[in-house]
Amino acid sequence: MFGSMLSFPGGLFGEMERLRREFDDVMDTRGLPGSIRSAGPGSLPAINVGRTPNSVEVYAFAPGLQADKIEVTLDRGVLRISGERTSGIPETQEGKVNVYSRERASGRFMRAVALPDDIDGTQVRATYRDGVLQVSVPRRESAKPQRVTVQ
Amino acid sequence: MSEPREVSRPAAEQDTRAVLPRVDVFEDDAGITLLADLPGVPRERLDVKVEGDTLLLEGAVLPAMPEGLEPIYAEVRVPRFRRSFTLSRELDGQRVEANLKDGVLTLRIPKAQHAQPRRITVQAG
Repeated sequence: MFGSMLSFPGGLFGEMERLRREFDDVMDTRGLPGSIRSAGPGSLPAINVGRTPNSVEVYAFAPGLQADKIEVTLDRGVLRISGERTSGIPETQEGKVNVYSRERASGRFMRAVALPDDIDGTQVRATYRDGVLQVSVPRRESAKPQRVTVQ
Repeated sequence: MSEPREVSRPAAEQDTRAVLPRVDVFEDDAGITLLADLPGVPRERLDVKVEGDTLLLEGAVLPAMPEGLEPIYAEVRVPRFRRSFTLSRELDGQRVEANLKDGVLTLRIPKAQHAQPRRITVQAG
């Protein structure tokens, strides 16, 4: 009974259900475990990590940085991304600028993410495009899926 | 939750979920500047529209993904940004300038000529 009430489209409960789903998206409660190094929701930059048979790919959503000012280090399997972003709001000169909204984070930031054990940390590649830093770390040969021939 | 995000969306687009981009908004004598964080949105997937007195920003997040990528951990789960603003009457929606660089959109919305401050000379008499 409650189920059908909740799924009533456009109704108050439908709206609440939608809000709950959005909340879940932000709070990371949908199955995948949160990382022990993850910061609170909305921290800069947000990080996604994925895996292919050949590499581990880390995406840091960090808009408005200078590529040469981003520091990426990999130490004992922990990838650290740090940098600094200056505020886009001009310093008030003669009180002529009124600021209505100041939501974009500025200042120094640092995020760390533990990578899987089977990576080869000697050939890390990082690219910055459209405000997303992509770090690609190859996996060791021995960790790649191998086909075993049946005798 | 300390996030300054409100939920607002046009009724016709309720089925595609989107997150609100974070913005800075400031005003000087000649107009309003809006900065929006849109990481991962390429220029060709960004939409900036002025309809009547509504300014709508919408963008799809499309980072280059290699073949066969399997997610391990994800903080960005809704690959779309959307946010709308109501412009007030003295702003000139026809002359909005938009520039997207490194995932930051800069919008400049000038004030209509008649709305800019003018110095009025007081006649001595």
